[in-house]
This record gives sequence, C-alpha cells and structure tokens, in this order.
Amino acid sequence: MNKPIVDARGIHKYFGALHVLKGVDLRVAERELVFVIGPSGSGKSTLLRCLNRLEEPSSGSVVVDGIDMLDPRTDINHARQRIGMVFQSFNLYPHMTALGNVTLALRKVAGKSRAGAEALGQAALERVGLADRAGHTPGQLSGGQQQRVAIARSIALEPRVMLFDEPTSALDPELVGSVLEVMRSLRESGMTMIVVSHEMGFARNAADRVVFMDEGAIVEQGPPAAIFENPAHERTRAFIGQIQRH
Amino acid sequence: MSNWDRFTDTFFNAKVMLKYLPDILSGVVVTIELALLIVVTGIAAGLALALLRSLAIRPLNWLIIFVVDLFRSLPPLVVIVLIYFGLPSVDLTPSGFVSTWLSLAFVLMAFSEEIFWAGITSVAKGQWEAARSTGLSFGQTLMNVVLPQAFRLTIPPLTNRTIAITKGTALGTVVAVTEILGQASSAMSNSYNPSPLMMGAAAYIVLFLPVVVAARWVETKFAWKR
Repeated sequence: MNKPIVDARGIHKYFGALHVLKGVDLRVAERELVFVIGPSGSGKSTLLRCLNRLEEPSSGSVVVDGIDMLDPRTDINHARQRIGMVFQSFNLYPHMTALGNVTLALRKVAGKSRAGAEALGQAALERVGLADRAGHTPGQLSGGQQQRVAIARSIALEPRVMLFDEPTSALDPELVGSVLEVMRSLRESGMTMIVVSHEMGFARNAADRVVFMDEGAIVEQGPPAAIFENPAHERTRAFIGQIQRH
Repeated sequence: MSNWDRFTDTFFNAKVMLKYLPDILSGVVVTIELALLIVVTGIAAGLALALLRSLAIRPLNWLIIFVVDLFRSLPPLVVIVLIYFGLPSVDLTPSGFVSTWLSLAFVLMAFSEEIFWAGITSVAKGQWEAARSTGLSFGQTLMNVVLPQAFRLTIPPLTNRTIAITKGTALGTVVAVTEILGQASSAMSNSYNPSPLMMGAAAYIVLFLPVVVAARWVETKFAWKR
C-alpha cells in the first residue's frame, strides 16, 4: 500500500472495565472504500469514532492525512474539517434549514463569508440532489433526504476522508437507495471512504476491501468476493451466513 | 344603601382611589425598576452558571449545585431579611430596594440555572457529535447548535418562574420598599378602605399580563417544524 491516508495502529479502547477495542490496526489508502462489518458490539462504530477522536482511544496512534490526531498539540477542530462523518441518526440541526446545516461549519470553521458559504453549500446540496430543498428544515424532509443533507454538510468542507456510521440503518427500505446512490457517486469522484454498514449488496459491488470485526478485533479482511464467498474464519462464515439469510 | 353600593363603596371607592392614585403609581415605577433589575440580572446569572456547569469541572459543579439548591429551597423572604438585617454586621448596609433586588435575583438565578441546564442536557448527544465532527469548537457548538435548541424548551418554564419571582417584589414591603403592594397597604391603613389594594391588584394585572402574552409570542416564534 502507498502511504496510507488513514493510519491507525494498536488502538485500544476501554469504557470503564469494558475492553471495546483490543489493539486494532487499520490502514486505508487514498481513494479506497473500506467496508467494516461485524456483529453488534464488535467495536466497529467505536473504531470509526476513534479516527476523528469523537472517542478518545485509550492507547494507540491515529494519523489521518499526515496529522497525528492524538497529539495534544494538534488543532483537533482544524483536523476534523478534513474528516467528514455521517451518522446513523442524521443529527441535522433541527432549528436550521438544510442550507443552514450545510453552511454552519463553512462560516464558523472554514471562515467563509455568508455569501461564499451559501454558494458552496448550495453546490454541496446540488451534489446530493437536493438543491431545491435548501430552504426546508429537517422536519420537512424524509429520512433519506435528511441523510443526504448530512452528507452534503460533510462534503461541503471538502474532506479528505469520509466516515459513515451505519448511514442507512435508520431508513425505511425504500429510502436506502437514494443514500447509497449519493455514496456511489462520492466513490466515483475518488473520495476515500470508511463505511460501517450491513448493506452487503453495496459492499459487494462498491467496496475495495471488507474488514470483519468481532469482539473488538479485526478477524479478517480482504476483497469483498473473498470475504463473502470464501471467508477464512469460522466466525466470519457464521456472521455472513446470518446476515445473508435475511 | 344596597349591597352592591356597599361593595363598590368598600372596594372601589372613587374618592379614596383618586387620593391614593399618585402613591400607587409611584409604587408601580418602583416595582417595574425592581422587576427589570431582577429579571435581567437573575436570568443572566442563571445562564452564566448553566454555561459554567456545561464545562464539567467537577468541584465547580458541586459548588454550583450547592448554591442553586440552597436558593431554591430558602423562602425568598428569609433571603431578603438575611441580606437586609445581616449584611450590616459586616459593615455593608444595603437599602431595602437593593436587598430585595439581590435576594430575588439570587432566587431567580438558581431556578433559571436549573431550567437552562435541563434545556442544555435535553439536546441530543448526536447534535454535539455532528457539530464537533465538522470542526466546530465546544463553544461554537454550544452557541450555534445547542443553546438555540435549549432555549426553545426553556421559555415556558422560565416565564412561569420569572413571573412568580417578580411578583415576589411585594416581599420588599417588609424592608420598607415602596413598591405597589407597600404603597397599597399603607394607603389602606391610612384610609380605612381596601380600595387602594384593588388599585394595586389592577396594577399587577396591567404589568404582568403583557409579559405573559409576550412570552406566548416568543414561544411560537422559537418553535420550528419538526
């Protein structure tokens, strides 16, 4: 692998006595799409949240785009601009319009003028197919639209990496497609993406690599075909068998 | 004299009312001054304490909680008396006006801190995470994302509490503040007639009804479609 854009090594995370991550290494190359799968409680979301330091790893190192995320001298707010994050529950600001959601960080963190931020925000909404919903509040949008606004909020900051934490799990089945569509176009534009999700169809034809986690550790990883058709470990096989039955 | 005449002669005696109108009006001015001071300083201090508390500095939070619980449990009258009659023993001699203002401002501070704090903690954790993940600092997230949502929830309880506590300005009577009720009750004993008390009551309605209406307007303004 060339110099990885995300380089996490030896990540341990404890919540009190609970050992959630047990020495995880994850390296992701530029333009790579990595899927992280695993049973509930396997530590996939925690791993993702350690990458932008929403969770403080108990030990280990995280370097993203050359920035040591765990160095106390690192300006974490500056570093986080380069790492977009999309959440299961969208987390849009309910008191702002779609455009307001997208422009807040552009104005407050990236230091754009209101007009400049609105132009960039409008362009980001355009990319997720919601240019005509700029003036709507989250309450007036469907779940799928809300999640696309949340994606626009991240990509407006032109991140180097995007983290997706179960982006479609809270959506009605008929709304999942529109979000996956946006993720696919992001992928085609060359965005580096780390996706925690159980959308196996999407993983199969879009992911470069699938990482299977269980009990706080990476059990195995490889190209989607290898992991799905021919997993090396019994635990992987059992998990894949379970989710494919549904 | 009919019963009705007797009633109006007692409670709405025109002669008495005319005579004591200037006193009541000067009481209204004092009450307004006192109420404005209490509301502005009490709510500002309460918000400041809630913001301090959100920094999660443990010993500081214990202190805040102690002070807040103390002022929430003490009867406001006791606080007024303690300040007015107690502070002179450390060579501070606040007037009745200042004692009443400080006491009620402390009480409003305590209640509004709890209300603001409840509003801040009711905002979902995901809001913080989404904002912080885009690079907003703690303070920027608090100001732009959390407080606007918290305020919306705090307006109804805050108005209730504010009105209840500003009506407590009447307690200033015990330390010789010449606010509405003080003026009305001395006029009542001088005239042997309760009409001034009715004027006082009317003054309270005139003062507080617009506040209630304004609060309702603010509530609808802060509401957003979910």
